[in-house]
Amino acid sequence: MVAGLRDGTAIVGIGQTRFAKGLEDTELSLACQAISAAIDDAGLEPGEIDGLSMFSMEEGREVEIARNVGLGDVTYFSEVGYGGGAACGVVGHAAMAVATGQCRAAVAWRARKRAAKASRPWSQVSQRIQGHWQWSRPFGLLRPVDEIAMLARRYMHEFGSSRDHLANVALAFRRHANRNPNATMRDKPLTREQYMAARWISEPLCLFDNCLETDGALAVVIVAADRAKDLRQPPAYIHAFSQSIPAQHQVMTNYFCEDPLVGPSYACARLLWERSDFKPADVPVAQLYDAFSPLIPLSLEGYGFCARGEGGSFTEDGALEWPHGRLPTNTSGGGMSEAYVHGFNLVLEGVRQVRGTSTSQVEGASCCLVTSGEGVPTSAVLLRR
Amino acid sequence: MSETGFLLPDPEDPDNAPFWAATARGELRVQRCIGCGRRRMPPRPMCPGCRSLEHDWEKLSGRATIWSFVVPHPPLLPAYAELAPYNVIIVALDEDPTIRLVGNLVASADGSIGEIDSETIQIGEAVRVVFSPLGDVHLPRWVRG
Repeated sequence: MVAGLRDGTAIVGIGQTRFAKGLEDTELSLACQAISAAIDDAGLEPGEIDGLSMFSMEEGREVEIARNVGLGDVTYFSEVGYGGGAACGVVGHAAMAVATGQCRAAVAWRARKRAAKASRPWSQVSQRIQGHWQWSRPFGLLRPVDEIAMLARRYMHEFGSSRDHLANVALAFRRHANRNPNATMRDKPLTREQYMAARWISEPLCLFDNCLETDGALAVVIVAADRAKDLRQPPAYIHAFSQSIPAQHQVMTNYFCEDPLVGPSYACARLLWERSDFKPADVPVAQLYDAFSPLIPLSLEGYGFCARGEGGSFTEDGALEWPHGRLPTNTSGGGMSEAYVHGFNLVLEGVRQVRGTSTSQVEGASCCLVTSGEGVPTSAVLLRR
Repeated sequence: MSETGFLLPDPEDPDNAPFWAATARGELRVQRCIGCGRRRMPPRPMCPGCRSLEHDWEKLSGRATIWSFVVPHPPLLPAYAELAPYNVIIVALDEDPTIRLVGNLVASADGSIGEIDSETIQIGEAVRVVFSPLGDVHLPRWVRG
């Protein structure tokens, strides 16, 4: 077997804009600001960036990024699809490009003006639905939350999980956000009573089972490990990376396979752990993709932190909460309480945990798992000190 | 948006057209591989079991059980918001429970998707297909019993 990426590259710069509803800047402008900040954080010059790795949904294209930020000759560029599944994917592609010498310093990023209603993909549907959505949307299964609620109901039925488990997820992430000055929910505590009384969005999911609607952008800079040692920030080594489209998977409406509750994280986890010196039990902190709260139990199972069907009960006794939980998760507040930028803020929080600079820092964190969208073709990275 | 405001499948989609032609005749048919007999939904050109391009459309009983369901509340597209809260169900077909379809539980073929009390819906309930006209298609929906 080939050696894989194992610690051959590192994230050496991170940058972000502020997060808010209704920022005036365009997506392109936000992207440029985050990338510029990440290059500064790394202590590099724009002319040294020669690789670009982006979401296929990104509005600001590579050429425009290069023309704005003042990049020199770019020798590698690629895109990863499937929205929230792509965050670790673009990081991994950048790392592979650096590791194979196709570029020397790569940027991966995500910018989004999510809070504008017109930017919600489900609101831009036309009369005739195309592709696999024809088998769900005409019946009123319109939004991502409806699609995931369908799995959540079945999960609760099969495994006896409850709304209390989903509340455990929402409350843990909110408490972390309350400690994070950059989180949009910094000043908004959430109680179990508020959770239980919240309005339904798609039963069995309520308002607080959903991620936020956020404008903002984030970026990372990746270079080879030998160069990372000489730069100004402690390197966050990319220890392992994987992607997955499991057999007979369907995007968001993963109902047409043998067992829809075995989602993309299972296949993604198999390669990730195979390529890693760490096992799930060695992981002290995780950033798990949380567009919707039920994705957390599903991801805990898929990535091997507990057995199938145990993801709900795993959340009990504050297991996801900093500092005493068995697996502090989404320590910046995640998509549900910091910002929803297609899960890219989870990557930056993973870097901060490894650097030792999180506002909910797990002492001496040796590594941090970061995952992308469960429910779509997905990706994950394991970062280490 | 269609005249009704509801989202519609494309009955001329080359992979799906036979399905919609069947529902217009009051039949539930699913694609079946001629090479190995494997059923598949949603329809597609190639059998993932044996890679055959040959297939037919097997007529099924239209009997199924509810596999899961949701009850969407606004914000929703206007035509759907008017009916909210309504139900969306997934059924597993009796002949092959790994073949699932998204639909709605209704009281009759021309019933509203919002008229069943969602508190009464249960996973595992037996249902049978009805065909609801909507625009130029007939959607498979489900009634109890």
